[in-house]
Amino acid sequence: MKPPLFRYQAPRTLKEAVVALASDPDAMVLAGGQSLLPAMNFRLANPSLLVDIQHVAELKGIAIEGGQIIVKAMTRHRELELDERVRAANPLLNEAMAHVAHIPIRNRGTVVGSLCHADGAAEVPLVLVLLGGSVLVEGPAGRREIAADEFFRFHLTTTRRRDEIAFEARFPVLRADSGSAFDEVTRRHGDYAIAGVGAVVRMNADGRTSEVRLAACGVTSRPIRLPEAEKLLTGTALSEADLKAAGRAAAEAVTAPDDMHASNAYRRRAVATLVRRMAAKAVTRARERIGR
Amino acid sequence: MTRGNLQRRLAQTSDDPTLEVSLTVNGERVERVVSVRMLLSDFLRHELRLTGTHVGCEHGICGCCTVLIDGKSGRSCLTLVAQAQGAEVTTIEALAAEDGRLHAIQQAFKECHALQCGFCTPGMIMNIFGRFNEPQALDLTDDGIRTMLSGNLCRCTGYVNIIAAVRRAAQLAGRA
Repeated sequence: MKPPLFRYQAPRTLKEAVVALASDPDAMVLAGGQSLLPAMNFRLANPSLLVDIQHVAELKGIAIEGGQIIVKAMTRHRELELDERVRAANPLLNEAMAHVAHIPIRNRGTVVGSLCHADGAAEVPLVLVLLGGSVLVEGPAGRREIAADEFFRFHLTTTRRRDEIAFEARFPVLRADSGSAFDEVTRRHGDYAIAGVGAVVRMNADGRTSEVRLAACGVTSRPIRLPEAEKLLTGTALSEADLKAAGRAAAEAVTAPDDMHASNAYRRRAVATLVRRMAAKAVTRARERIGR
Repeated sequence: MTRGNLQRRLAQTSDDPTLEVSLTVNGERVERVVSVRMLLSDFLRHELRLTGTHVGCEHGICGCCTVLIDGKSGRSCLTLVAQAQGAEVTTIEALAAEDGRLHAIQQAFKECHALQCGFCTPGMIMNIFGRFNEPQALDLTDDGIRTMLSGNLCRCTGYVNIIAAVRRAAQLAGRA
């Protein structure tokens, strides 16, 4: 399968890219192309103009500033995965990144591109929602920052306007008194998640949790927090009974219907199990970090 | 309709917008004017006649078309040649020495009988080559190798010999 016809521009600055994108209502941004090109090859996407941002120098690199890991738009998945500063600042990113497709795809695909693609089963959007990060966009009307819980609307749909370029994403650094964990259920390594769950748990000095954040992907049309399960675990020492109750509550959030990958019932069980395991793992890791 | 009539009715030129690309392939500078929608895989095979890069699924699943782009493995079917502007591309053709001596990974595949039909082999080898080029330690357990190869499908071997070949290649390449 070959992509349909399009025009192509490769601007050198973000300003030029914004102008190019605004010049055509059917234009799309091309970053790594690891979701867009298959979509075009399948004729699921048919942009009239591709604005390739790979030569925009200001869109490259990773910085850690003010408690945020700042990921520029052309940062490839593998760059973020192998960055030792990022691993030290927030090990969750490294752990989740290893589940994103395969190394050759992660060498080309970009982190911000994955956020903008917004597949409901993808790992990177879940991480942004779980950590409470944000996406910064620039369009003809200027720049704005969109919080993660405002960004994802539906499968493949975000609140980024079509004339805006997402130029960076911000992932908060993990606090020293917190632990995190991510895992997913898939048929094969590298597949999109049938269900994925991430947990961030903050511990008090008395061994109880002071804050629990849980998020899931693959179970609704977008990545979601699991507020009922979070509530059941906050202020507890995460006994087996607490974890089971949280797992049951999390299963209620599953709205995905039966599909060729899994039934609704299977996804409910997967989410419940993952919530139990990830919350417990995050607590163990938080204790290790505090002990250090 | 006669063949001549048919040929006269067919378009002789493409309406595709074109682009001048300049990149390095296996150490040689190449410059071509191509359609902007030409995939890197088609550029390698049709323009440069480097047919060692195989094309399986053309949507990033099978891994047969894997090449190195600026030293890192990538799917040539999910990369426009326009995206390889100025890049250094390495294909399977560059691995063996001029005198035909096999690269360590190729030698290991031969020794371990890690291929039958061979269609997936160039992509397998370029993926492993890319991983060997990274400084990070290799996980040479069965699980680690399976994870490394998870983006490459083989329908002949059942993978067991390929896993053995990766381990052997790591020995031969001094990465074990």
